[in-house]
Amino acid sequence: MARPGLIARFVGSRNGLGFLFMLPAAVFLLCFLTYPLGLGVWLGFTDTTIGRPGIFIGLENYIWLSDDPVFWLSVFNTLLYTTVASVLKFVLGLWLALILNERLPMKNLFRAIILLPWVVPTVLSALAFWWIYDSQFSIISWVLMKWGWIDAPINFLGDPGMARASVIAANVWRGIPFVAISLLAGLQTIPQSLNEAAALDGATSWQRFRRITLPLLTPIIAVVMTFSVLFTFTDFQLIYVLTRGGPVNATHLMATLSFQRAIPGGQLGEGAAIAVAMIPFLLAAILFSFFGLQRRKWQQGGGD
Amino acid sequence: MAPVKFQDVRKSFGSTEVLHGITVDIDEGQFVVLVGPSGCGKSTLLRMLAGLENITSGEIVIGDRVVNALPPKERDIAMVFQNYALYPHITVGENMGFSLSLKGVAKSEIEDRVRPAAEILGLSHLLDRYPRQLSGGQRQRVAMGRAIVRDPQVFLFDEPLSNLDAKLRVSMRTEIKNLHQRLATTTVYVTHDQIEAMTMADKIVVMHDGIVEQVGDPLELYDRPANLFVAGFIGSPAMNLLSGRMDPDDRSIFVTTGGLRLPVGDPGRAAPGRDLVYGVRPEGIHLGGDVPIRIEVVEPTGSETYVVGHLVESPVTCVFRDRIRQKPGEELMVSIDPATVHVFDADSGERLSS
Repeated sequence: MARPGLIARFVGSRNGLGFLFMLPAAVFLLCFLTYPLGLGVWLGFTDTTIGRPGIFIGLENYIWLSDDPVFWLSVFNTLLYTTVASVLKFVLGLWLALILNERLPMKNLFRAIILLPWVVPTVLSALAFWWIYDSQFSIISWVLMKWGWIDAPINFLGDPGMARASVIAANVWRGIPFVAISLLAGLQTIPQSLNEAAALDGATSWQRFRRITLPLLTPIIAVVMTFSVLFTFTDFQLIYVLTRGGPVNATHLMATLSFQRAIPGGQLGEGAAIAVAMIPFLLAAILFSFFGLQRRKWQQGGGD
Repeated sequence: MAPVKFQDVRKSFGSTEVLHGITVDIDEGQFVVLVGPSGCGKSTLLRMLAGLENITSGEIVIGDRVVNALPPKERDIAMVFQNYALYPHITVGENMGFSLSLKGVAKSEIEDRVRPAAEILGLSHLLDRYPRQLSGGQRQRVAMGRAIVRDPQVFLFDEPLSNLDAKLRVSMRTEIKNLHQRLATTTVYVTHDQIEAMTMADKIVVMHDGIVEQVGDPLELYDRPANLFVAGFIGSPAMNLLSGRMDPDDRSIFVTTGGLRLPVGDPGRAAPGRDLVYGVRPEGIHLGGDVPIRIEVVEPTGSETYVVGHLVESPVTCVFRDRIRQKPGEELMVSIDPATVHVFDADSGERLSS
């Protein structure tokens, strides 16, 4: 009896076959996810510019960035943008979700309307906001002037403080549907009888929210807000259409600065380094939600 | 502890009226079971008493207060839900003390009140567990514990045993009944299971299609059902019902549509010439006699034997204390105890025997 060949035995074995089946997925992962990421990280260690392959320069890009006030301004902007926008999205989104969870007439219509900002392409809504924030033709300025509340149009995107507030408002408008609809889905997993039991136990509606709804919703809040923070932190389109980082870099986020330095500026290595500098922040956000808000003891079934 | 009164209570969802004027009096400390098939409105009535559904018209009185407009938390009632509705994110002990902690009662006092309740229910060793870690029966007990700690005016139970297996259901039945005897709190208990109703209740309210069919203590309902619905609903196996008319010449004989002549002890208001229904419970049929039953199925349970068969064209079920040697397809001669016979009007379903 001839021994089956090495290949035949490999294919025949359970693990070998499993490996073969997983190979396409692994190749896909390596080519399309790991390679670009790895290339980006590598570029950050070189002095590549457009049209000239670079050489390895170690941490020089990062040392250079650590002395660059514009870079630090963009870090500050990104943190401010992410924090304020995420908090607003959470509070307003939760509020909307709670309202939509009540018995309302035409509930489905309202839910569909809520989703609209999320469905519209970002560039399109950014253009709309650009028009709304226009320094001369802004509808907001126009209405306020009609009412006699202000005398001159507001310079929404020209003043650093106003510009920051304006882009945050646009981001909140765009991000609320995701938070609201996800939290609404979470609210609907909480059995109605728990609220009824709490009502019979003597809870006021605030106590029911604080002691039943909110704790039961935390796992979903954790997931939704992690995603929301990641999306906001890496936001690019809104800023690029509305302000391109101006005025005087007041709205430059790390993502927009990275793009500006790398593509229009041609400094691929430096741009990549800025992008790589975002990774620690993102990892921190993910780890925070993973460890801080991971599955609670009460969610784990069985056992002691 | 307080009496409860339903006074012509009605409930409509949109234009559909689901409760058509319910009037029931519940005495202080009584254990009342609302029983009926699903969709009869019994759970809705209970939820209206709890304040979870509003009252379309009529009055609900707890103690001496009309509670129609009171929110649930001011009615001083505790409810055990069908799915237990335990708060999954807090421990058993915290679940039981939840109502107290809402009121801002001190931790030590909450413990002092939770401990005896847990002891009554045998939950003392589980106080630090989460609801997920408990079995169905234990969860059921925690839900009861939560109600006991409240020390409310009225206990409400909404089909509390329907999620348990058959054996546990029987033992929990006893436990709930025991608990009631110990605490003597007015209790309203909803179930679709007439055996639960019979075994636990001081008073049963049989509901059907949004009306009360009959109110009475369990044996009264069993011995003198007010109408065909109650007759068919209470008792297991169900009462045998045969249609026919009274013999025009002899009021002690009922003639079935198949022509069989059966004895009647108490014809009451049964008039000859009207379409009637003859009702006899399975245990009202005895072995030996001149009535032939064609056997279809014999079900021995050990202590008793159920025989399902046909009396001419009508299906009947009998229960005998004796063992039956006859095989399916054979004939069994039986007699009917005339004293246990009920006569109902076929159209109105009303009881005619006195």
